[in-house]
Parts: sequence; structure tokens; C-alpha cells
Amino acid sequence: MAVEVLYFAWVRERVGLPRETVETGAATMRDLLAELALRSAGHAAALGDHAALRCAIDQQLAGLDAPLVGAREVAIFPPMTGG
Amino acid sequence: MAARVQAEPFDPARELAALGEGAGAVVSFTGIVRDDGDLAALEIEHYPGMTEAALAEYGQGAAARFALTGWRIVHRHGRLQVGEPIMMVATAALHRRAAFDAADYLMDWLKSRAPFWKREIRRDGSSAWVEARAEDEASLARW
Repeated sequence: MAVEVLYFAWVRERVGLPRETVETGAATMRDLLAELALRSAGHAAALGDHAALRCAIDQQLAGLDAPLVGAREVAIFPPMTGG
Repeated sequence: MAARVQAEPFDPARELAALGEGAGAVVSFTGIVRDDGDLAALEIEHYPGMTEAALAEYGQGAAARFALTGWRIVHRHGRLQVGEPIMMVATAALHRRAAFDAADYLMDWLKSRAPFWKREIRRDGSSAWVEARAEDEASLARW
């Protein structure tokens, strides 16, 4: 399935892209992160440490083990610092 | 009953103007870019689409939980100078305790669960992303 992947803050900077469309069969966010990390040295640097990452699936916060079935847009970013 | 995300400055007093209708208490919190010595500006990135939905969801959640008569969340993004308001939360209820608690609750949610990321720009031109604080996550667990 084709999934739109969005990156924010230092994840975006390290990956070097704000977003990209990827073709994936990943079952969970954790699987997708492992696939994406293989795309470039920047991806690997951004996505290697799962404990430092937070995710959203179709604009809802989700854990790394959340299923990706039917997902159209996922986002990967550092812990949020609003307020 | 509204959440807004915007680049433009806002006037906290104006945001409060209509909020007291039907209430017995209005509480507001305004976050301001703090001069910590050599800070030149703050840059705030967010997730358009998700941010608005998340703020509305948290506001509605607080309204139901604390029986609010009104609420408002305004959060800015983009480049902000020292001394400028970053965001505000305002809550209105029949009694003060509910209004105070709801504002506190919403701030805890916004700090750790709303998709914003701050970057500090120093006077020498260097910059760094603000790291999330464990205290903020712990505050959220209180609720």
C-alpha cells in the first residue's frame, strides 16, 4: 500500500525531507521505521532510536506497535514541546 | 468553545471578552517567550490538520470533564520574539475550582500531546530544538 509519511522537527531535518510517499507492506509503525531507516544515512540517523520518536497514524497519536492496516498518512516526530 | 492555530499575534484580553457569559469564573493562562539570557527568538513548527483537531479534541474533553461553560485555546506557530505571547488557554465554569483545574489540565495536554515543536534561536545565530521535559510528562499522569 502507498502511505504518505510526514516528518517534523529534527526528524525532518535529519531525513532531509518534510514528506515522502512510500510503498510498504509494514504491519506496524515499528516495522515501517525499520524499512524507512534503510532509505538513506539521514533516515537511519533520524529513525534509529525508537525511544526518541513519537508517531501519528492518520493524524491520531499512536504507539509504535499500532497496526498500519488502511493507514493513508503517518507522521514521525520527536516528543512534542507545545505550550 | 474554540481552538485556533495561527502565525499572527493575538490579544489575550480580547480573547477573554465573551468568555464570561453564563459563567461564574474565568481562568486564563498565557505563555510568553521568556528571555533566558541570550534567546533571540523561538520558532514553532506544528502539524497542520492534526494540530487543530487535537486542540479541539482536548478542549472538548476538558469541557465535558469539568462542566465548562466555555473554553478557548490559541496557539501560535512560526517565529516569535522574546516577550511575545506564544499561546493561551482560557476556561469558564460556574465555580473557580473547575475553571482552574480545566486550565491546568489543558496545559498539561498541550505541553506533551499537541503536535508542536519549539526551536530556540540564540543571539549568536545558533539554534537547538527544545527537548521534552520529564516533568511535563509526569504532570500529564496526574489526570
